[in-house]
Amino acid sequence: MQIKLTGDNLFKILTAIVAASTVIILIVTAYTLVTGSERTLQKFGAGFFFGTSWNPVEGREAFGALPYVFGTLVTSCIALLIGVPLSLGIAIFLVEMAPKFLRVPIGYLVELLAAVPSVIYGLWGLFVFRYWIVNYIEVPLSTYLGWIPIFSGTPFGLDIFTAGIILAIMIIPTVASVSKEVISAVPNSIREGAYSIGATKWEVIRHWVLSYGRSGIFGAIILGLGRAVGETMAVAMLVGNATGPAAMPTSLFRPGQTMASLIANGFLEATSPLEKSAYIEVGLILLFVSLLINIAAQVMVTRVLKVKGGAVEQ
Amino acid sequence: MSGYLFRKFKNRLFFVLCGTCVVIAVIPLLSILYEVVIKGAPALSLNFLTQRDAYGGIGQAIQGTLILIGLTGIIGIPTGVLSGVFLSEYGNNKYATTLRTVNDLLTEFPSIVVGITAFGIIVLGVIGSYSPLAGGVALSFIMIPIVAKTTEESLKLVPNSVREASLALGVHKWRTTLRVVLPAAKGGLVTGILLAIARIAGETAPLIMTVLGNSYFFQGFFSPMDALPLRIWRDSLQPYANLQAQGWGAALILILIVLSLNIAVRVASRGRLKR
Repeated sequence: MQIKLTGDNLFKILTAIVAASTVIILIVTAYTLVTGSERTLQKFGAGFFFGTSWNPVEGREAFGALPYVFGTLVTSCIALLIGVPLSLGIAIFLVEMAPKFLRVPIGYLVELLAAVPSVIYGLWGLFVFRYWIVNYIEVPLSTYLGWIPIFSGTPFGLDIFTAGIILAIMIIPTVASVSKEVISAVPNSIREGAYSIGATKWEVIRHWVLSYGRSGIFGAIILGLGRAVGETMAVAMLVGNATGPAAMPTSLFRPGQTMASLIANGFLEATSPLEKSAYIEVGLILLFVSLLINIAAQVMVTRVLKVKGGAVEQ
Repeated sequence: MSGYLFRKFKNRLFFVLCGTCVVIAVIPLLSILYEVVIKGAPALSLNFLTQRDAYGGIGQAIQGTLILIGLTGIIGIPTGVLSGVFLSEYGNNKYATTLRTVNDLLTEFPSIVVGITAFGIIVLGVIGSYSPLAGGVALSFIMIPIVAKTTEESLKLVPNSVREASLALGVHKWRTTLRVVLPAAKGGLVTGILLAIARIAGETAPLIMTVLGNSYFFQGFFSPMDALPLRIWRDSLQPYANLQAQGWGAALILILIVLSLNIAVRVASRGRLKR
């Protein structure tokens, strides 16, 4: 018995304990965030979620997360609206259309987009990309359509819109690579059947391939949403760093703030323990939202990729 | 017949549209690389790479990033690899399935949240001040799930016959795993570790509240430290042209580190596939 314990079983137990580290990290994170935000949880309760002010002045403290929740929502929606069609186009091109010699290099270039650090996206956005957006999109739109509330304001490039576009670029590799896997997992017999009744390539993709893999592609989109929600540095540098009621995303061309960017921009400036606790509670909301999104994404993606080559999934 | 021509036209149109998507996605990448090289290259000099901030260099930031990579590696690589070993070699049960799910969730964690966690445990708790250790812990929280996943996947690629051959010679399972299976999967393991290092080298958000930034070289485990991504972030927000140029120079160094790791991995794994 003793020899058994020092050998294989011991190794198995050791690895099993080490493997639990991920669960421990998750629990510790949740615990740290809850205890860290104790003060605001007690003082404001549910009001924190619906409040719009951010006032650290002693005696008149009031903290609310609503503008940043909305800011995260709006920037992520812009990212999805622009990033998803592009990613699907790339995925379809790579699996169904590109000549063989192009597939690997193009797939690699798209993957490199994911390798570029977030802070470098921010730097490039701040000094280069921002001016493309201002000169070619924001100024024309606000000149001719400025009377529409969402295009109001004086565009100078550090706003909700620019942050949304940079997020769109940053989620492309995620959404494209997962969709690519999903599309490749569609059995060839489906394609052959469709071709045999005279469909063109586009019709095969549109009516058969995409609808067969729709649950997985939906999962890829949700995964992209998770990326967009949690992305910090590039957004923090481009979103305009507004706080309080002014951060409500009323116009695309006004400075805003997301949950992640609020923490990155303000955490170190927090003066009172109550303000620090408010930042941590925003982090807690962010954690909760991102966990929900990612669980949903995983359920959908694994469901499709598991039936690879198997029965048709409805 | 016109219906047929129209359908053929639509087919062509979507082919072109999908190609355009690829071009649009590649433009930012090329522009980033171009700008970083054009704006960063003039800043480079021996002085820039080795001296600290006050003497016009980013030496302390490069040193900080290397220290962070080292600390993260010490914590993250053994933990990640052993987790991967468990998931692959003993992973046929409910416990392991749960761990896999949590692992996947952790991979997609917002990095700023990890920063707050390390701030709470290390900066406020164990150490009591901003510290390189806090940065290392935060980054290893990001690294562990990545290494665990790639380790599991590359161990699963090792054919079972290899394990059986070793077991048939009377070698214990733990010895088989450590001396036969792990070496056989060496390539995949190294690939995963290098990719994880590339990822954490560029992480900025968790460093803000853990290592804080510093304009001096490493000052021990109880004081703040600098890192390349932090330096880029702070420089980019400065209104002075010389500091912005320093930021671009630092960005060039960082992107060289990250991309060379990525390309090295790509070249290495292509060689493996050919063989």
